[in-house]
Amino acid sequence: MRVAAPTLVALSVALAFGVVLLILAGAPPFEALWLLVLGSFGSASKMAATLLAWSPLLLASAGLVITFSAGLWNIGVEGQIVVGAIVATWVARSLPGPVWVILPATIIAGAIGGLIWALLAGVLKTYGGVHEIFGGLGLDFVAAGLVVYLVLGPWQRTGQASTSGTNIFREEAWMPEFETFGTAWPVIPVALGLVSVFAVWLLLRGTRFGLRLKAVGRNPQSSFLLGIPTNRYMLGAFAIGGALAGIAGTVQVTAFHHKLVPAISGGYGFLGILVVLLAGFSAVWIAPIALFFVAISVGSTQLDLRLGLDSAFGGVFQGIIVLFVMIGGAWSASRGSFSQAVREEP
Amino acid sequence: MKRPRRMFGLLALLIVLAMIAAACSDSSDDTTTTTGGDETATTSGGEETTTTAAMSGEGFTFGMILVGPENDHGWSQAHFEAGKYIEELTGATMISLDTVNPADRPETSVEQVVDDMIEQGASLIFATSDDMKDGIEAAAAAHPDVPMIWSSGDSAWAEGDGYRPDLPNLGNIMGKMIYGKMFAGCAAALTSETGKIAYLGPLINDETLRLVNSVYLGARYCWEGAGNDPAELGLEVNWIGFWFNIPGVTLDPTEVTNAFYDGGADVVISGIDTTEALVVAGQRAAAGEDVWAIPFDFVGGCSEAPEVCLGVPYFNWGPSYLGVVESILAGDYTTEFQWLGPDWSDINNPDTSMIGWVAGDALTDDASATVDTLITGLGDGSINLFVGPLTFQDGTPYLADGEVATDAQIWYTKQLLEGVEGASSAG
Repeated sequence: MRVAAPTLVALSVALAFGVVLLILAGAPPFEALWLLVLGSFGSASKMAATLLAWSPLLLASAGLVITFSAGLWNIGVEGQIVVGAIVATWVARSLPGPVWVILPATIIAGAIGGLIWALLAGVLKTYGGVHEIFGGLGLDFVAAGLVVYLVLGPWQRTGQASTSGTNIFREEAWMPEFETFGTAWPVIPVALGLVSVFAVWLLLRGTRFGLRLKAVGRNPQSSFLLGIPTNRYMLGAFAIGGALAGIAGTVQVTAFHHKLVPAISGGYGFLGILVVLLAGFSAVWIAPIALFFVAISVGSTQLDLRLGLDSAFGGVFQGIIVLFVMIGGAWSASRGSFSQAVREEP
Repeated sequence: MKRPRRMFGLLALLIVLAMIAAACSDSSDDTTTTTGGDETATTSGGEETTTTAAMSGEGFTFGMILVGPENDHGWSQAHFEAGKYIEELTGATMISLDTVNPADRPETSVEQVVDDMIEQGASLIFATSDDMKDGIEAAAAAHPDVPMIWSSGDSAWAEGDGYRPDLPNLGNIMGKMIYGKMFAGCAAALTSETGKIAYLGPLINDETLRLVNSVYLGARYCWEGAGNDPAELGLEVNWIGFWFNIPGVTLDPTEVTNAFYDGGADVVISGIDTTEALVVAGQRAAAGEDVWAIPFDFVGGCSEAPEVCLGVPYFNWGPSYLGVVESILAGDYTTEFQWLGPDWSDINNPDTSMIGWVAGDALTDDASATVDTLITGLGDGSINLFVGPLTFQDGTPYLADGEVATDAQIWYTKQLLEGVEGASSAG
């Protein structure tokens, strides 16, 4: 809870700043903010859309908490989502059978894809001496190239190759939804997201692995001297983070697009990094912060549709929030309290 | 076609900073909102349009879904301006949403956007990208009473591969850019001193293949017409892999263009969204080289380097979109597949012509006159370039001697023509 106070102050400042921007853009600020709420929670279908976008962000963020705990900047998370989506797509396209076979198979496939991609960055880091930011970034590009190649080449849709993606999967490969209140609810994606957040929280808080991982993250040299196999722990963190990112990729292809598209990651990896930074590297705050972020994204469509505001406003608003929270964090840290609080939180 | 512009966002914090910068600068030039304003519609430049006010569309609302930014100086802006054109002429109201693609709006689907627009009163939807195929087909099925247009698609074409007779409310409109590309090929062949023309290609599909073939046919026609040996005409294609540069993923169009010029080509025709070809040509010409380029898509395409621009083929969606609105207002709308060519009596008439060609400053008067002759000939039917014998790259016959290509044979092009250098498939 110690993270909360400076974060709330920063949020309020960011909100005020957003209002000023809206006024400058010639939009009625309170109507605009209300449209954000209506656009993301105003109806059953809007809520379902918000929850569906929330799920991959939760998964990616949960994985990032693990890698951050190990002191790793897992910039490769985008590529891990993409490769997870690719492997899940491969299974969805080639595995016959009913939904109860394909559903677990695509989830496992996504996890394996993300895990392998993350371990590549991990091996480059631990055995190749390549910093994980550069290794991860490079692997992001490779994954982005791979997905474009697959969509336009071997997996091109019937008729003509198109950036609109592969053919739509047959319905057995769609993640099942639950129809009630007049809309289809993404129950499975949300469950995957929440369970992963809870599991990560539990892992870091209540297990030997988690404690040692945090020790590695804080001071790898000392940990190593004290007998912790730091490389193995770092690789373990990459594996877990990558697997969760890969499942986010599965959600993207089987629950949202129902096909593979070039921009399959949706940027949820990078957005996840922002979420985790805002959450002060703690699993507890991921869920509400991620929900807040996707609500802005989903709701901001209404600003464009109804007020004619620029489509970038939602992103601008998210950016402002991150900046103010980071500034707030740095300011608190300079007073000595904040960094301590961040590090203590699991 | 598909024009997502800002896909593949880069590092998160850079994006954040960039968007804040964008917000600060965009607030002023975004004052022309497209929603609201039932009463009067003004042009953004404050110019009075002399209109023969077609039919009153007061109270009629239509939705316009764009794949890229509405001010992209390319594909999406051309559609957005068609929507404003309808607003001006009929008083109808446009609801538009731009950058609808999985990279810019990862949480938004085309179906959701259509639902929102209909909820706001839209009784006609334009989905203006090939990218939106699955979404607009699903939306058309969900709202069978609302007419929709999927631009560049083939879902309403009874002879087409993608025909969807179960979607009677979904029509298609596309422009015959094959003609625009013939004009471009002709202008290039007449200007080239080395006889080597290059095409900066995006990705390989039926549409882009047919456009390259059109360039070749136009170029060969004018090259021969000038008394040259067709064997000495070279057209080289290099595909960068996408509609625009993605660092690390596609080839860099700037480098590809430079390689073309280094390899002896002196005219580069752009088939991609962005203007690298023209920019590079401008730089090299400033350094004393005799090189030229031809941009694409947008009527103002030459503006970045007019001194080396031979001209630009462009789309003009206004008249065809207006036709749809008017027929709905008149109550006699029928769903159809429209693949529209230029208005041959005046290809640059903004009220009638789907495809236009603006000759550039760098095109000589003589060459421009020859291009005009080609335009006249294509218009009156005395010239048809899609006539056999034509052979594909791998030697298989495309059109037998004297055979005239059908629309389907042109639309579904699977290979480059013999004589064109470059890959016909990604595999």
